[in-house]
Amino acid sequence: MPAKITMRSAAENRARLRAAGLALPLVAFVGVTFVAPLVSMLVRSVYDPVVADALPETIALLDDWDGMNVPEEAVFEAAARELLVAQEERTIGQIAGRVNRVQGGLRSVLVVSARRLRDASGSVGRDSMVDINPAWEEVETWHALRTAGERYTTRHYLAAVDLTRLPDGSVVRQAPDRRIYVPLFVRTLMVSLGVTLLCLILGYPLAHLIAHSPPRRGGLLLALVLVPFWTSLLVRTTSWIVLLQNQGVVNDLLVAAGFVADDARLALIYNMTGTFVAMTHVLLPFMVLPLYSVMHTIPRSHMSAAASLGARPGQAFWRVYWPQSLPGVGAGSLLVFILAIGYYITPALVGGSTGQLISNMVAYHMQTSLNWGLASALGGIILVCVSILYILYDRVTGGGRLGVT
Amino acid sequence: MANAERHASDDIHVEFENIGKSYDGRVMAVQDFNLSVRRGEFLSLLGPSGSGKTTCLMMLAGFEAPTTGAIRIAGRSVHALPPRKRGIGMVFQDYALFPHMTVADNLAFPLDVRGMSRDETRGLVRRALRLVRLEGFEGRRPGQLSGGQQQRVAIARALVFEPDLVLMDEPLGALDRHLREEMQYEIRRIHRTLGVTIVYVTHDQQEAMVMSDRVAVLRDGRIEQVAPPESLYEEPERSFVARFIGENNRLHGRVLSIEKDICRVRVGEDIVQAILVAPCEPGDATTLSIRPARIAVSPRPGLYTNEFDARIRDITFVGDHLRIRVEACGREDFVAKIPNMVGHGAVLEGDVVRIGWTPTDCRVLDAGEDHDA
Repeated sequence: MPAKITMRSAAENRARLRAAGLALPLVAFVGVTFVAPLVSMLVRSVYDPVVADALPETIALLDDWDGMNVPEEAVFEAAARELLVAQEERTIGQIAGRVNRVQGGLRSVLVVSARRLRDASGSVGRDSMVDINPAWEEVETWHALRTAGERYTTRHYLAAVDLTRLPDGSVVRQAPDRRIYVPLFVRTLMVSLGVTLLCLILGYPLAHLIAHSPPRRGGLLLALVLVPFWTSLLVRTTSWIVLLQNQGVVNDLLVAAGFVADDARLALIYNMTGTFVAMTHVLLPFMVLPLYSVMHTIPRSHMSAAASLGARPGQAFWRVYWPQSLPGVGAGSLLVFILAIGYYITPALVGGSTGQLISNMVAYHMQTSLNWGLASALGGIILVCVSILYILYDRVTGGGRLGVT
Repeated sequence: MANAERHASDDIHVEFENIGKSYDGRVMAVQDFNLSVRRGEFLSLLGPSGSGKTTCLMMLAGFEAPTTGAIRIAGRSVHALPPRKRGIGMVFQDYALFPHMTVADNLAFPLDVRGMSRDETRGLVRRALRLVRLEGFEGRRPGQLSGGQQQRVAIARALVFEPDLVLMDEPLGALDRHLREEMQYEIRRIHRTLGVTIVYVTHDQQEAMVMSDRVAVLRDGRIEQVAPPESLYEEPERSFVARFIGENNRLHGRVLSIEKDICRVRVGEDIVQAILVAPCEPGDATTLSIRPARIAVSPRPGLYTNEFDARIRDITFVGDHLRIRVEACGREDFVAKIPNMVGHGAVLEGDVVRIGWTPTDCRVLDAGEDHDA
């Protein structure tokens, strides 16, 4: 008997291996196109070797620096030597850019100093560098250099939540006028919540109608929900521009109907309103479909039964229908919320300056400011938020009906 | 039946008067529907699918409105009453138990929505569970129960708020045969215990026969016959009923002459004497029905008025009786059942024997249509 069992399990193992082999292309694809970029992005948010590699001696010396007074002569000499090498290797721009992010205004100090050091002859040290730029005599400059030289750093994450590290190592909030990201995160959360709620309010009756219509009509309504779903996101978003802009269809109608004066047309787009309207429209199918899939499994007879048992329509709905539709509500809401939190293209097109969300800031740092470390940190925070929600989503949908109530 | 007689003098509980129902304004799902259900009666609406039985039940429950006519419960027209105000207990085909509630919560639901107190609710729920023998299942959810148990919960829920009228829409359709028979017995027992009026919809003639005080046989939205089960079996008034209830040999022929209530009918080459049920004139097309069990094989000559030659096609052993298919009276599927007794007469396939029956066991019905051809 035992021999037989071993043989069978060996055969099973082989079958299992074959099955796993079929999944290999997918695993490879996901690994190359998704996991690897994701990991490299996340690494970027905490690992930045550029300055540390370019100015190794300077950074090593600064590690022993007390941070209170201007550093010793040896530090100046090392810095001057390594800046000169960086100038020759043309990496000075990268270094200056990173130091500049730690403290604004230092880009030109570094670039100009490096250029002038090339022209200087003989030994260079503190005096000559201060000659080139008096900023070298300031403690803050060296602090910035030391911070930028951290190979493994939390500064991007700190910056992403509007915190900063003081020279003495303590972490404090940014000055009120420099707090950008936390308010933006809050705004993103609020917009996502609002859009989710709006989708639920609009989508619930629609899903109910579809789920309990005769098959033909239900199929038609479902198709009407799906057609915009299949239409390009860009097309849908730009059509909202056509509808909502100052001289757009909605404003024209309101003016024609006399609700709004011609010189007081409503600002419906390029602000938060535009973001709300367009995002709700774009995300509505993601609410309707999970709701529908749950609702159409709720037998019609349940509402009839509730009525025959003496329940008023409201009681029947809230006590019989609504609890059974909750898995769909949970799944749809989480799906919409997760998508809304990371939404980029719609706010970018119709959000104006007040309707931008956190992902627009990620895009800005990726494409314009080239501060990839900060972009990665912001992305990392969104990823964590979404992962938590996804785990919730999984619980809600995987837990089955009974798990929810 | 004793039950039916006991109720005969009682008052009318439910009354359908000239009910017609059309969903699309053209095809009538139910028409000319007149039916009175006595208080405490167990009445089944029996018919094939599409015969309008569920439509009638839904109109009585208030989920569908009749197109014409009136429905009265306890003498009062319920036309304007929504389902929740009719006070009718209803058992649905799919049970319609609320899956997110426990058994106890399901039963408490109709009491809660009536604003009953906690103590009162608990007492009634316990009593209803005892009635369907499900004590101890309060905390289970419907998904954790077997089909039969769910069925019991559904019945308990329809009864817990003590309605005096209970409707059941093919409640046993989803159960296997063994469980179905057990539940038939249970429902009868509950009916006897509580004395409520039950209107029961089924397409299973045996179920209707076993359970009901009276059965209304429906066909194409009309009532064919309303009668106690025994009468439906013994005295079908229409060929559809004869075909639908139990097994019948049906012979198509033409009326030759009528003498009092005995009719002479030409069937193929033969002339059969039969008892007159449906009004007819000489020359009319007609259908005769004879129960297989009332046919004697190789009877003592001269015992029966109707006696014919028959060639035995096959013999099937069915335990307590033998089922014999013969060629007779122009039909090839004439069936006779003979009791399985010692010396039942050794018949063999291919033999030509005499078969016979009395005129009173052979009924002259409307022409009907030959569905079993």
